[in-house]
Amino acid sequence: MVHALGPLDLDVGPGEMVVVLGPSGCGKTTLLRILAGLLTSSTGEIRHGDPHQGSLNGTGFSVGMVFQDSNLLPWLTVDENVALPLRLRGVGRRERLARAAELCRLVGIDGFEQFRADQLSIGMRQRAATGRALCGEPDLLLLDEPFAALDALTREQMNLELQRIWLARPCMAVMVTHSISEAVFLADRVVSLSRRPGRVVAVTDIPLPRPRSLEMQTTPAFQDLVARLRRSLEERE
Amino acid sequence: MRRVPPPLISVALAVMLVAAWKAWTVWFHVSDLLVPPPESVGRGLLALATKPSTAHHAAVTLYEIVAGFLAALAAGLVVGTALGRSPQLQRTLNPFLVALQVTPKIALVPILIVWLGFGAGTKIVTAAIFAFLPLVTGTIAGVRAVDPNHRDLLLSLRARRWAAFRMLELPSALPSILTGMEVGIVLATVGALVGEYLGGEEGLGYLAVQALNQLDVAGLFALIALLCLLGYVLFAAVTALRAWLIPWHHSVRAIDPSVEAAA
Repeated sequence: MVHALGPLDLDVGPGEMVVVLGPSGCGKTTLLRILAGLLTSSTGEIRHGDPHQGSLNGTGFSVGMVFQDSNLLPWLTVDENVALPLRLRGVGRRERLARAAELCRLVGIDGFEQFRADQLSIGMRQRAATGRALCGEPDLLLLDEPFAALDALTREQMNLELQRIWLARPCMAVMVTHSISEAVFLADRVVSLSRRPGRVVAVTDIPLPRPRSLEMQTTPAFQDLVARLRRSLEERE
Repeated sequence: MRRVPPPLISVALAVMLVAAWKAWTVWFHVSDLLVPPPESVGRGLLALATKPSTAHHAAVTLYEIVAGFLAALAAGLVVGTALGRSPQLQRTLNPFLVALQVTPKIALVPILIVWLGFGAGTKIVTAAIFAFLPLVTGTIAGVRAVDPNHRDLLLSLRARRWAAFRMLELPSALPSILTGMEVGIVLATVGALVGEYLGGEEGLGYLAVQALNQLDVAGLFALIALLCLLGYVLFAAVTALRAWLIPWHHSVRAIDPSVEAAA
């Protein structure tokens, strides 16, 4: 048996954005899939709210996940894709489309509600996917390198947008990435993982004020944090 | 230069083919018993159209094809879903599927006649046997075509069994089931015709055998043209079904120019 993840403890506060940073193959995605309930960990458990309450299984705990590839359903229009979490809960058409329209505005794809996924650019698809993840008002937002397929400039813009959207709809969020500057830009706290099996090598608070601007990335404070995180990852090679 | 619409070119091509056919029969003095000229076939078609019994025979053939096809579709969906869901079961039953595929199905028709007689039942079963395999393989491929990422998405949203079927499994499976249906409807037509050739006294296949026995070659050609038309209509019906059921799929977008223009 190969362990993708080593022993690992992770606390996420309410309304906190935790970014899990690590090299390829360190088990970041495995961790996210466990949080999403797509995988069961061989040991350990996940709890929400009261720490003395049992594990999450069977509770109403909901997640919204943004995947690496937008993962929109090709047979649905953009607004029906965004409304999918509501549809699966049995929310009526009129109500869910009204909510979807609101989220399309929030993520900046209003006017494209009737389009299909393959008619959108990759960036717009990820906007729609973010809208979908938030549409069900999840307890936990999960982001699996959502902008990895974008060029560097678009990626920065999307990070800025993600921050704006998340500040408008604050929720508990866990994002994984292998980009150090992306981690510093978005996180309240960065958890650095070692190579496989991934274990926590450092937990770094990011005290930068929000909203953060792209220009902030050139400040010494930002650069210091990037350097510190880089060292934390390299020490354990 | 303005672009000529493809349907217009298709018609022009058809006219040219008929003209070439006529020229060939005239210049090379082809015997009417081998290849009758177009106008003889036209007269044959006219004779068919004016004969009141033709509609009855066409209706019988159409009924046999459609009934056989629908029976094969129902069986194909059930068997294909079971095999698609369980690789174990597919490995077990695969030799039988291959055996069914390689058996010359035409050889089964005399047995069916012994069992079911010379009526429509034999032709319906023949049509169903011919159409069955592409429908099974199409369904198996469809059931397996679910994108694992889409499945993860529905799992992360805690979709229930029925919702997952309606929102994910059915739309994922439809493209390849429809491809199976396009092949299946053509083979059902062949099956019904083979059944009619080998026995019975109704249907367009029976008329074709009669025409051959009377050395009415022009009439035979006219019947072939009629069968071609029938097959074309049935195939077009399945294609229309595809455009209606899965307008989002690239197999539809590639043909339908209006969709391309909208995008």
